[in-house]
Amino acid sequence: MTNKNRPLSPHLQVYQPQITSVLSILHRITGVALTVGALLLVWWLAAAAAGPETFEIARAFWVSWFGQMLLLGLTFALFYHLCSGIRHLAWDLGYGFDLGTATLTGWLVIAGAGALTLATWLYACSVTGILP
Amino acid sequence: MVEFTLPPNSRIVKGHSHYAPRAATNTKTFCIYRWNPDDSDSPRLDSYEIDLNACGPMVLHALIKIKSEVDSTLTIRRSCREGICGSCAMNIDGTNTLACLKPISEVKGKIKIYPLPHMPVVKDLVPNLSEIYRQYASITPWLRAGAPPDADCERLQSPEKRAALDGLYECVLCAACSTACPSYWWNGDRFLGPAILLQAYRWLADSRDEAREERLNQLDDTFKLYRCHTIMNCTKTCPKNLNPARAIAEIKKLLLERV
Repeated sequence: MTNKNRPLSPHLQVYQPQITSVLSILHRITGVALTVGALLLVWWLAAAAAGPETFEIARAFWVSWFGQMLLLGLTFALFYHLCSGIRHLAWDLGYGFDLGTATLTGWLVIAGAGALTLATWLYACSVTGILP
Repeated sequence: MVEFTLPPNSRIVKGHSHYAPRAATNTKTFCIYRWNPDDSDSPRLDSYEIDLNACGPMVLHALIKIKSEVDSTLTIRRSCREGICGSCAMNIDGTNTLACLKPISEVKGKIKIYPLPHMPVVKDLVPNLSEIYRQYASITPWLRAGAPPDADCERLQSPEKRAALDGLYECVLCAACSTACPSYWWNGDRFLGPAILLQAYRWLADSRDEAREERLNQLDDTFKLYRCHTIMNCTKTCPKNLNPARAIAEIKKLLLERV
């Protein structure tokens, strides 16, 4: 049993993505994204404190096409990580482990994060006058 | 350690094709992982076209038919053919299950079959499970009690306390759950994995066992237990419909209660 040439059986290459594992890795990815987002928030605040010229650079970045997409992504990351985090808290208390329940709460997390993102952007667009 | 790609010696190449008799009208193609330790070839994916009108309903029926009628070199583990022994666990159509419990009709198109994921391959669909058995032994999977039972009486248990073992004792240790767990893929050398942790909880939940503290002390470890991030692939794939994820959560709760 010590054949050094023994191959490793395929794993990620053949395992079909599951709602369980996809939502789990998305929780981690959004967590990393939020860390980066927190640094960008600090940059924005520091720019505001540094004076109008510096702030203008940050403002120009955030209102650019790329900045807006990034902000939309970060909004979703925030709400996804929040909803998914609540799901994890329930699990830590021992609730929601039935496969049917876990699948349902998984879809609820996706729907919740999508709805909260949409509501946030609709509100932001209406207060800034982009939407009537 | 996280490694997304396969090592060079494990990459799969295209293999041989076997066709059903020309008269066959109801055929299905099985693509099966092959690797032989006796030559130096890479693992390959062979395809076998099977006449379903001359084959039983389960994937295991097709594998046995291939072995008896088409290619006797195909190596598989199987014994009971009814979901009790846990021998024929493998990756079928992208998820882990027992070949004897998986109906061929559940899979659309070609059926791809690989050994249990992220394991050293002994031959074809047979993975080396020695590490999992070593981990199983490490949790002392037997009743640990100080005094022997009374000479004229077994160790009694109320129906309620016996019911606490339902959903745990049915595990056949097929390892489908552990090898479906990404955390076990990356840290299988130190993380015990869902199959063994469910067994660990089976003894923690047994009212007759007296070694609860020692068992919990042993499990209270960053890697052995806490590499579980509640991904839930284990519960999703269990061919016996058990819930290893819940069992692991119960262990975590027991540890929390001690703090």
